[in-house]
Amino acid sequence: MKLLVLIFVTTVWAQARSGIEYVSPEIRALQADAAQNPGMLWVDSGAKLFARECVSCHASMKGVAARYPRLVHGKVVDLEAMVRHRTAYAYETDELLGLTAFVASQSRGELIGRDLTSDMVKKGEAEYFRRRGQMNLACTHCHDANAGKKLGGETVSEGQPNGYPAYRLEWQKLGSLQRRLRACMYGVHAEMPDYGSEVLLDLEAYLAWRGRGLPIESPAVRR
Amino acid sequence: VKHAVLAVLLPLTALPFTSLSYSADAENGRRIALGKMDGNCLLCHAIPGADRPAGNIGPSLSGVGAKYSRNELRERIVDASRFNAKSVMPPYGRTDGLHEVAAQYRGKPVLTAAEIDDLVAFLATLK
Repeated sequence: MKLLVLIFVTTVWAQARSGIEYVSPEIRALQADAAQNPGMLWVDSGAKLFARECVSCHASMKGVAARYPRLVHGKVVDLEAMVRHRTAYAYETDELLGLTAFVASQSRGELIGRDLTSDMVKKGEAEYFRRRGQMNLACTHCHDANAGKKLGGETVSEGQPNGYPAYRLEWQKLGSLQRRLRACMYGVHAEMPDYGSEVLLDLEAYLAWRGRGLPIESPAVRR
Repeated sequence: VKHAVLAVLLPLTALPFTSLSYSADAENGRRIALGKMDGNCLLCHAIPGADRPAGNIGPSLSGVGAKYSRNELRERIVDASRFNAKSVMPPYGRTDGLHEVAAQYRGKPVLTAAEIDDLVAFLATLK
């Protein structure tokens, strides 16, 4: 019995914690209720767009999002890049966000990072642990060493990617994981990587591997 | 009446030994420490006199003026990594050895030497 408890405790301890565990009960309720979740507006418009532009080739996207980001010829392809293979929608447009969120929502509850191995995400890992910007901080300094602590009035999360695209109250709209990563770059006064740039894609792949086993929550709601 | 007189006189006698000689600078240092721009020390440190929620990534700065000399305070603000290579405290006065700094901040420290002076003067009052 003691052994079972120990195993249980160490398993829970080692498990990645989704951003949803760091937000207020009000935000949790908002995410859980499809009629209230503001991200569903994008999912709905994305579903219409999908029916118009994608369904002739893709009958169902069930489970697809759980396989992204993935490596194609050694390069990381994320969900946005996959959607953009046939559509020319620019990053962070409602159209691209809608399609991406619709596809992601078709994999809600499926576990991220299953197809990735540590060898595949070495470049992203290096980026994650590299100090950058005037503030001289790496991702790990906040999201590993200080997750759960307070940054001003806010709780620092583990920086898990499983909710994206997510509706952030701060943005008052849906946004991609790349947008969220860029916000951290801005925060540490670092050079701003372009949308679709290798550094952001590599980081996305590493984050998916790091958070492997977390369920897709998109469209999540975050503060 | 006696108490009232004392209440007025006591702070006056204390003034020359504490804040008076640094009052102007320390006040600006207080603004830097508590304000949302510049230092924003409150983001990570609890600071006496704050009127919004403080972070707890760094230690409370309560009593920091008794723990460290002015010079020690200054050195830790300029570059905390000198004392702990793994420190997450940004180097407020160092510009060399940084990577991928955004163009508008390149070659500029987070705080100027004068601002760090003011900040040290304020922190020295936190006994």
